[in-house]
Amino acid sequence: MNGIHDMGGMHGMGPIERERSEPVFHHPWEGRVFGLRRAMGAWRKWNIDVTRHEVELVPPVDYLRMSYYERQFAAFLVLLQKRGFVTSAEIEAGIPASGSAVSAPALTREKAAQLVAKGVPTSRDVPVYANFRAGQRVRAINANPLGHTREPRYVRGKLGTIDRDHGVFVFPDTNAHFLGEKPQHVYSVRFAARELWGNQAAPQDSVYVDLWDDHLEPA
Amino acid sequence: MTTSRGDVLTAALTAAGAAVAPDLARAQEHEDDHDHGHQAVPSDPALRVKALESLLVAKGLVDRDALDELIDTYEHKVGPRNGVRVVARAWTDADYKRRLLTDADAAISELGYGGMQGEHMVVVENTATVHNVVVCTLCSCYPWPVLGLPPVWYKSAPYRSRSVIDPRGVLREFGLDLGDDVEVRVWDSTAELRYLVLPERPANTETLTEQELAALVTRDAMVGVAKVTAKREESTA
Repeated sequence: MNGIHDMGGMHGMGPIERERSEPVFHHPWEGRVFGLRRAMGAWRKWNIDVTRHEVELVPPVDYLRMSYYERQFAAFLVLLQKRGFVTSAEIEAGIPASGSAVSAPALTREKAAQLVAKGVPTSRDVPVYANFRAGQRVRAINANPLGHTREPRYVRGKLGTIDRDHGVFVFPDTNAHFLGEKPQHVYSVRFAARELWGNQAAPQDSVYVDLWDDHLEPA
Repeated sequence: MTTSRGDVLTAALTAAGAAVAPDLARAQEHEDDHDHGHQAVPSDPALRVKALESLLVAKGLVDRDALDELIDTYEHKVGPRNGVRVVARAWTDADYKRRLLTDADAAISELGYGGMQGEHMVVVENTATVHNVVVCTLCSCYPWPVLGLPPVWYKSAPYRSRSVIDPRGVLREFGLDLGDDVEVRVWDSTAELRYLVLPERPANTETLTEQELAALVTRDAMVGVAKVTAKREESTA
């Protein structure tokens, strides 16, 4: 979707504000949101692409006004309801509705440590034909899907060169909508800065964007 | 931090002009009409998060020990000091550096690091003529196992929007003015590859040990918004 989250190349966002000796979490609740999202992710009722898309669905005015963890919390609340973990009545009351028990055990401390150590790899060891090879000229497709995509607006229709093939990965554009993993090759595609931004960019500079086979066509 | 968010919002709204104001007012009304969903900036996030945590625990969906483990790990155990060790090793061990640049996952795991949001690592090398800088324009992707969780500025609209269109201007804001003899490469983390910059080893550090070199390396240099200097000026890690 052409949302506010896809902000590469936008102007007017102001100076970059840095904070010295910045804490990992500015408030304890931010840490709780971070942990709750990971702990609930272990139920595998969604995937990383679903969670990213839910944040993208935060309306643009709210998206810009909210802090990172406010956005994460707002999207998390919606996702918990969409996937049937809690009802809005339960969220308001803060207590479970009667008879709403869970049979399976929640993520344990040991399993949480394993999750941190191993992560959730999104590469897939399946034979998939690579449409492109390093050095090949490609064009990023011009597409404007209503749903989730990891092809940012600023590269659409632009010419680039395959820098390297990273191998086969889950395709977020379908995975975010529970439409399957559709594993395919991911490449770093090098776009000359001037191809993207015109002559205001330095001629020697470039932007490398990771794109999937379905985002690319031969040039 | 609160100030910086306010400034970002002010800047965004100012740029968008007065036309935004009625929409904002409507959005506010909308919030007041509904008690769930995206529209609400929690009036008191601390209370609302606490209530949600209690609910999820009461329903058997979350184990507080696991929750504490996850938070403690990223608050206290994982951070830029991991990446610092990787960089210092690469500067002092040519074989390690070669492995790091060709198979980053394996080389980083040699030092005991890896896992969540670092499952697929790529290391890019800064030199006298090539400067790499990392961003995630679409969200906030960042290599957690080697750098920890990202700072607010990395996740902010100003950094995400401008790094790709004006990397040299962004770097100047960080105090780094690169000449025309340098090629700037911006890496937008749009997939599950996570990028770590191997900074250029500063001059006149030949006599330093791996540990002494490690003390010079900063988080910002490993994102690519700074260089490593022989005298570390301030702690950002």
